[in-house]
Amino acid sequence: MFDYHFHWRPVLKNLPDLLAAGLTTLEVAVLAMIIGIVVGLGLALIRLYLKGPVRWFATAWVELARNTPALFQLFFFGFGLGAMGIHMSPYAIVLAALSFNCAGYLAENFRGGFQAIPVTQVRAARSLGMTAWQTYTRIIIPQVFRIVYHPLTNQMVWAVLISSLGMLVGFRELSGETQALASRTYRIFEYFAVTAIIYYVIVKIILGASRLLAARLFRY
Amino acid sequence: MEPTASFFFDFRISDLWFLAEAAWRTLLISTLSITIGTALGVVFGWMLFEGRWAAVLILGPLLDVFRSVPLIIQLVLFYNFAPIIGLILDPFLSGVVILSIYCAALVANVARGGMEAVSPSMRRAARSLGMSYWQDLRYVVLPIGTRAVFPSWVGVALGVMKDSALVSVLGYVELLKASQILITRTQEPLLILTIAGAFYFALSYPISRYAASLEKRWAS
Repeated sequence: MFDYHFHWRPVLKNLPDLLAAGLTTLEVAVLAMIIGIVVGLGLALIRLYLKGPVRWFATAWVELARNTPALFQLFFFGFGLGAMGIHMSPYAIVLAALSFNCAGYLAENFRGGFQAIPVTQVRAARSLGMTAWQTYTRIIIPQVFRIVYHPLTNQMVWAVLISSLGMLVGFRELSGETQALASRTYRIFEYFAVTAIIYYVIVKIILGASRLLAARLFRY
Repeated sequence: MEPTASFFFDFRISDLWFLAEAAWRTLLISTLSITIGTALGVVFGWMLFEGRWAAVLILGPLLDVFRSVPLIIQLVLFYNFAPIIGLILDPFLSGVVILSIYCAALVANVARGGMEAVSPSMRRAARSLGMSYWQDLRYVVLPIGTRAVFPSWVGVALGVMKDSALVSVLGYVELLKASQILITRTQEPLLILTIAGAFYFALSYPISRYAASLEKRWAS
């Protein structure tokens, strides 16, 4: 029954390549998070304060990002836009789809965060003579940041995990690189086992770093 | 213009039937996995909640692995691992196994949260009224805990439904795989992807709205 021999040597020989690809994964995830935060913040503010077509657009974005599979979004940015004559590199496709997805999820988190701050605080700050900008940057945003900190960390982990879908559009991040190497030697199980460990470590590093940062940021 | 021989055919009405069948398979695999996963997850959640050392030391980290490794890697790993130990599984069964475990790992956290939401004094009151441990679980913890975490459970279930799209990497023809097949033949990615996306959206959006409204109603 058990006549399979594990061969780990080809995997270990290519370990540097895998680790380098792991860095690519991390890079895409971080970039997507940065874009996602900026755009998500914008979408949340639009949905809270504006009316009309802009708001419909923001709502459509958020609901589409949250209610369709990430893989569908990736295919849409890949094949769908390709049909409209917009051809992007695999890297750009993954980054665009990932940013779209993150922005949608984060917008809802931000909206919840803003709604959790009582309006009276804005009035109090304004009556103390703060400008609208000061009120936002000094009173509201720091509190919202605390509320969305954990969801942000989760979203970062999620971004790393779904960047693995890049392998289906030919992007050589950790999963894509693994698939390419595995198909060369047919040691599929061994390669993907090592990749799973690398993903696990990346996720643990993100969670650990986030906890350290939280201890430093939220001391009081 | 002279007609040229082509491998491509236009989108036909019969293709809609093909997509509908695939949508049915998406529903089938996700319902099955969510059902098994939830049953397992509640048991796991209860074990984690009770906090015996075996659960904390073994089950907790084990479930954590399924949450920290991309689903696509889990699927490929399991699909290639099963033959090693002599199991011949078709893509559907492999998909159900992994999606169920993945769902269970997510539900375990939710279920534990639900059990923690029931205040200990309420449970002590139940016990002091003469209820057995199981009666207390069944008639006190279950109703109150379910109410507390039902909306997040819906979120997890919808997530698994969307992630079932990933089973396509094993060759199981669910909705997204079917649309890919059609795209290859018709070369009309926009139309077909829109249909596939609309199906996911039509399934996910009403349910998530319903869960959100329940959450609002129960919170007040």
